[in-house]
Amino acid sequence: MPLIEYREALNQAFAEEIERDPNVVLMGEEVAQYDGAYKVTRGLWKKYGDKRVVDTPISEAGFIGMGIGASMLGIRPVIELMFWSFAAVAYDQIINNAGQIRYMSGGLINCPIVIRGPANGGTNVGATHSHTPESWLAAIPGLKVVTAATGYDAKGLMKTAIRDNDPVMFMENTLLYGEKCEVPTEEYLIPLGKADCKREGTDVSLIAYGRAVLTALKAAKTLEAEHDISAEVIDLRSIRPLDEDAILESVRKTHRVVLVDENKPFCAVSAQISSLIMEKAFDELDGPVGRVCSLDAPAIYSPALEPLQLPTPDRVIKKVREVC
Amino acid sequence: MTKSVAPRVDFAKAPINAKLTSEDKRTLLREMLRIRRFEQASLKMYQQGKVGGFLHLYIGQESVAVGAVSLMGEHDHIITAYRDHGHALAVGMSMDECMAELYGKATGCSKGKGGSMHFFAPDKNYWGGHGIVAGQTPLGLGLAYGIKYKGLTGAALCFLGDGAVNQGCFYESLNMAALFELPVVYVIENNGYSMGTSLERSSALDKCLAQRAEAFKIDWDQASGEDVYQVREVTQKAIDRAHKESKPTVLEFDTYRYYGHSVADANHKGGYRPEEEIEIFKKQHDPIQCFKARLLDEQVLTEEQYGIIDTEARAEAAASIKFAEVSPQPTEESIFEDVYFEVDRQTEAGRTGKHFFND
Ligand SMILES: Cc1ncc(C[n+]2csc(CCOP(=O)(O)OP(=O)(O)O)c2C)c(N)n1
Ligand SMILES: [Mg+2]
Repeated sequence: MPLIEYREALNQAFAEEIERDPNVVLMGEEVAQYDGAYKVTRGLWKKYGDKRVVDTPISEAGFIGMGIGASMLGIRPVIELMFWSFAAVAYDQIINNAGQIRYMSGGLINCPIVIRGPANGGTNVGATHSHTPESWLAAIPGLKVVTAATGYDAKGLMKTAIRDNDPVMFMENTLLYGEKCEVPTEEYLIPLGKADCKREGTDVSLIAYGRAVLTALKAAKTLEAEHDISAEVIDLRSIRPLDEDAILESVRKTHRVVLVDENKPFCAVSAQISSLIMEKAFDELDGPVGRVCSLDAPAIYSPALEPLQLPTPDRVIKKVREVC
Repeated sequence: MTKSVAPRVDFAKAPINAKLTSEDKRTLLREMLRIRRFEQASLKMYQQGKVGGFLHLYIGQESVAVGAVSLMGEHDHIITAYRDHGHALAVGMSMDECMAELYGKATGCSKGKGGSMHFFAPDKNYWGGHGIVAGQTPLGLGLAYGIKYKGLTGAALCFLGDGAVNQGCFYESLNMAALFELPVVYVIENNGYSMGTSLERSSALDKCLAQRAEAFKIDWDQASGEDVYQVREVTQKAIDRAHKESKPTVLEFDTYRYYGHSVADANHKGGYRPEEEIEIFKKQHDPIQCFKARLLDEQVLTEEQYGIIDTEARAEAAASIKFAEVSPQPTEESIFEDVYFEVDRQTEAGRTGKHFFND
């Protein structure tokens, strides 16, 4: 299997879906002629031209709304936000229009749009550019929220997201774009709503998504080597829909849980999962559910401090030792 | 990008410039040079890995911030986007606090919390430093609202780029500026590109961007930004309109950035813009060289004086690097400071209820 970058895996998903379905259109700031601010769409405009890959002005509310409108006619826009943080400018369109139109029309109108881009801190770009809005958006029934920790998952999930008939908010990570993994050349799809066990273990379940999965995997290695603790790592991959079964199954196996989440703790995705475990697997627990989130303040710029604000393997290990 | 070749008007004779002393004129030059040397120093430090995140350099555009800020009085305020170092130095922020902020140090103007895009100095009527494109445009309107509400004679100068004009909140702001008769001056710094997108590819245009103000019956003007005299003359008219009639204006200055959108933009030379274009601006339209030539011609500056000013600016920039280097890092506890006023001050409100939710 070829070893390729996360960005390249996404790029392949776009190319394949553009070729498969004439209604797929990529859109966003600098996605075409500039090849994308993070080069995720590299080469696609050259190959597929103006009709399929479209540069937009800096008008997020406008072009996201336009994408939603076009999707009502069956176009399948895949809209890049240079940073998910900039979606704040377009929340009316995303939440009120993409999120509610199907319901309010009594199911008459569908909205098969994908809105995608990086949603992460850790790159010293300051508070306005470092939001992790997956919990904000997953709070809206009508929207789907997907994250990918690896290039393999990114490609399979993206292809599914593009074919999905509901609005899918796809969260990537600038710190993962350059990460390499093996991606098969033959076509594959990964369903939304299916978690993936990234590491089997027996003593504790580390449940995470996005880059936090890599943090959890690093912690799991050290836990094994230095503390004789066998940690299982569950990658949610999709936050809404959520693979409840996979979570509960792992809890029933290990009886201890630490959730690792780059969200700020208040109403984080991990808070939702923690409540779910309490409600549905209370008797299985041998200790309180632990959480490791980003420190609860706006993202600090300082390059010396920002790495400490995000979950680190050390903080995960500490938390695991508290609950084990 | 093409540059309009307007007939050469002598803006030195405009009343606002005619009253400048020789020293005043050298100060304008000095301020532009300080910005350039600071930016060059920050570029160097960025390339050495001392500075994180993005770095958007103001090199090439110095005349716009310096010209406009030189007109500001006690009740005039200013706000801009993320390309904010020039405006910061122009309003009188020190190179030390700016460089330390780039380093993310505790001595930085935002204590290492904001970084390059988020410089602020409310004590100097400078309200930042904003990373979200056009997010500052309603804030500029709000500053004007505050000025008027308080019954002060002042103006809010709100800077934005040629790409920022396509955000909806800018037009919402223009409508209210006209409707409420607010003393705001929008200054579009048209450097021809928003990231890798040329003006022509991002904006539906008739004459120019500022002309869009006509839809709101707002006065507008468009001019070359390379001559600091002209920037002053044009901006003064807008400030007068704000001060005397409490009316908004939209200004557009043609200018040019020599470097990439940010330092990470490797595509700017020969990618989305031809290298020759950059060279033409550097050689023929450099605001510092143009003004230097002008002052030499007026005989208010000698080559020797220029040399001294430049040496001082370089030394100041070098000293700011030293300052940043030896400054302390912010403490880990400081992550939770400056989030809530009430908590920082430990007021009754700040002591009531849980404000932070760490694991
Ligand atoms: C809402 C939002 N969308 C996109 C961006 C990313 N971005 C930052 S600057 C920029 C280009 C802005 O160009 P312009 O307004 O011309 O200002 P200049 O950089 O030329 O000074 C873009 C797309 C952002 N910061 N905020
Ligand atoms: Mg521009």
